[in-house]
Amino acid sequence: MEILIQGGTLVDPSQDVYEQQDILIRDGFIVQIAQSIDSAGKTVIDAAGKLVIPGLIDLHTHLREPGGEHKETVLTGCRAAAAGGYTSITALPNTNPVMDDWRTVNYVNMLADRAGLVRVWPVGAVSKNSAGKEMAEIGTMVKAGVKAVTDDGRGVADARLLKNALLYCKQFGIPLFEHCEEESLAGDGQLHEGVVAVKLGLPGISSSSETVMLARDLLLAEESGAHLHIMHVSTAKAVEMIRQAKASGLNVTAEVTPHHLLLTEEAADGYNSMAKMKPPLRTDADVKALRLALADGTIDAVATDHAPHTEAEKTGDFQSAPFGIVGLETAFPLLYTHLVKPGLLTLDQLIDRMSCRPAAILGVPHGSLKPGFAADLAVIDVSNEQVIDRHSFLSKGKNTPFDGWPVYGVPAITMVAGRVIMKDGIILDA
Amino acid sequence: MVHLTGVYDMKAEKIEEVLELAQSYCIINNNEQQLPLNVLRGKMVGLLFFEPSTRTKASFYRAAKNLGADVIDLQAGFSSVVKGESVLDTALNLQAMGLNALVVRHSAAGIPDLLAQNTGISLINAGDGAHEHPTQALLDLLTIKQEFGRFAGLNVLIMGDMLHSRVARSNIFAMNALGANVSVGGPATLVPQALSSLGVNIVHDIDDALAAADIVYMLRIQKERQQGGLLPSFSEYAALFGVNERRVALLQKHAIIMHPGPVNLGVELTASACFSSHSRIIKQVNNGVAVRMAVLHLLLNK
Repeated sequence: MEILIQGGTLVDPSQDVYEQQDILIRDGFIVQIAQSIDSAGKTVIDAAGKLVIPGLIDLHTHLREPGGEHKETVLTGCRAAAAGGYTSITALPNTNPVMDDWRTVNYVNMLADRAGLVRVWPVGAVSKNSAGKEMAEIGTMVKAGVKAVTDDGRGVADARLLKNALLYCKQFGIPLFEHCEEESLAGDGQLHEGVVAVKLGLPGISSSSETVMLARDLLLAEESGAHLHIMHVSTAKAVEMIRQAKASGLNVTAEVTPHHLLLTEEAADGYNSMAKMKPPLRTDADVKALRLALADGTIDAVATDHAPHTEAEKTGDFQSAPFGIVGLETAFPLLYTHLVKPGLLTLDQLIDRMSCRPAAILGVPHGSLKPGFAADLAVIDVSNEQVIDRHSFLSKGKNTPFDGWPVYGVPAITMVAGRVIMKDGIILDA
Repeated sequence: MVHLTGVYDMKAEKIEEVLELAQSYCIINNNEQQLPLNVLRGKMVGLLFFEPSTRTKASFYRAAKNLGADVIDLQAGFSSVVKGESVLDTALNLQAMGLNALVVRHSAAGIPDLLAQNTGISLINAGDGAHEHPTQALLDLLTIKQEFGRFAGLNVLIMGDMLHSRVARSNIFAMNALGANVSVGGPATLVPQALSSLGVNIVHDIDDALAAADIVYMLRIQKERQQGGLLPSFSEYAALFGVNERRVALLQKHAIIMHPGPVNLGVELTASACFSSHSRIIKQVNNGVAVRMAVLHLLLNK
C-alpha cells in the first residue's frame, strides 16, 4: 500500500531539508521525497499548511507498569505519546518489580506490542532492584532489547559500582543514563535551595547536589571511555561542566526537560505541588544557560521525564506530594511556542533535539525521513492556537504546571511505520 | 479577613487593625473585667494540633473562651505525620458539623493554605512547618508597640535558627511591612544567604549588632540541629551566639529581649539574660491571649 503525504512543509534536520515536499510511503517505509508526486492510486494525507517532521523520540518516559498501573500503564503512556507527536518512547525501569532482568524487559516489550501504537524502547536498571549494591544483568537485558540502563529516581551513589557498570555498558554498546543527585546534599529537600524555599520555609535542594555527582561521573566516564548520558540537567554549572567534558573529547551526552527550559523556582510559590520535581526548577540564570546549551548542542536532547502521578497524590500538601510531572502531551507545543516562535531556537534545532539526537543516543534507526527509513513521523499544526487542558490528557497523569497555557504546534497526525495512530487527538488503535 | 494563614500577604493597615483591637482586649483581660464576653457566642472553634504545643494551644483556648465561643480540642495525634489529604478530609468533616474556625498546627509547611483553599472554614495557622506562625508575630508586634509605640526605624535583631523557624519568617514579613530594620544572625549553617531576598540584613559581628539593636529576638535552638550536623554542640552555640551577662551589658538601656518560648536556658539565653530587666518574654505570653482574641473576633464576628 502506498501513502502520499501531500503539500506539507518537510522539516528534517537529518537531511537538511526545510521546504514543501511530498513524501511517498510504501509498506511502512519512506520511498521517495520530491516537490510533487503523482497521487494516482495512493492514499493521500493532506498536510497543506502543516509541518511534517520525523516522529519525536523521548529518552525519559516513566510508564509505571508493572506495579504502578494506578498512575499509568504502557497502553495509556503510549496513547499519550501518540497524542504528543512521539513515535518512540522509552520505558524507564523504576517499576515494581524494577526492570532489572530480561524477564521484566520481555514483559514490558509484550505490553508495548499489545498496545501496538508507538515504539517503546526499554531502559533497564543499572543495579539489582536499583538498590545501588550489585550490578544488574545488563548484558542479558541488552539481548532482550534494552537500549540503555539507569537507576533513575536516584543516582548511582557507589563510585565503584558506577565504574563497573560503565565498563559493562561500553562492552555491550549502550549508554548509561545517570540521574545526578548527591543524596547527602539533597537530603529531604523539596524545591530549589533559593529564594522561594526560604520564603515558604521548605528544605532546599542545592545546585551542588547535581554538580557534585556530575563531577565524579565525568571522571569515571573519562576513565572508562563509556557513553555517559546525563539526564535532566538543571543547573548552569552542570552545563558548563558538560561543555568542558565534551570539549576534552569525553563520550558524554545530556538531556534537558521542557519544564527546566520554561519554568523557575517561582512556579512552586504558593505550595504549587504541580511544580514539584527532581531535579527542582531552578533560577532564571539556570534557565537561560539551559536554553543556550540546547541551542549550541552542549545539551543534545529534550527529554520529557514524563512522570505520571495520581490526582490525590499531587493535590495533597506540598511535602507529601511525589516529585514529577507529565510531559508527553505538551512537550513539542510548549517548546515550539516558547523557544522557536520567539527565535531562541530554530525549528530545525528543536526537531534535531527531539528526534534526531535522541535516536542517535539510543542507537535506533529512526529520527530521519530519508528514503529507506521507517515512516515514523508527525504532522504539526502551527497555525492554530490551542489551550492546554490537563483534564483532557490521555495519560492517566494530569499532573502538569502548564494547565491553561495557550500553545501552537499541536500534532495533528502521528504515524508509526506508515500507520496513522493519531489523528486530531483521536487514537486509532490497531 | 477570612483566614489567617500567614502575615506575608497582610498589609500594614490590617496588622495595625489587629493590634489596636488586641490592645483593647489586653486591657479588658488584665483588668479582670467580666469574662466571657458575648462577641462569639454560638460560634465553634476547633483546635487541631498535630505537633506538641503548650502556650499557643492554651492561649487560643483561653482567647476563644474569653469571647464566649465553644471550643473543641480535636486531640490530633502528633506522633505520626499525617498526610495532607487526610487533614483536608478531617477539615471537611468538621465543616459539615458546623465548625466556624479551625486553628491548625502541622509539621508540613503549606497545610493551612491547602485547607483554606479547599474548605469553607476560617483557617487560622498556629504554625506550619518552617513556614509561618502569624499569631506569634502579631503578639510580638503588640509587645513591641506597647514598648516603643511605633515600628518604623526600629532596629530588630533576630538570632538563631533562621532556616527552620516559622516564627522568624512571620516576624520578618510583618516587621518589614511595618518599616522596621530587620537584621538576622547566627551560625551560617542556620542562616541561609537567600534570606537576604526577604529584605533582611545578615550580620556577622554579633556584639556590634546587639549594641545597635532596639529589639533582640532570640529563637529556640532545637536538639535535632546538632544531630543533623548543623551545629557542633550546644555549648559552642551558647558561647558564640547565645546572650549571656556580658552581652546583656552591651545592650542599649531601652533595648528589650524577646523569645517565642520555650527557652533553652543556658543555650540561646542564660537565666540571667532571660530574667533580666530587658526581658519581655512573659509579657509576650500575656499578649498572646489578647492577640488571638482579636484575630478570632475579626475572622468570626461578622
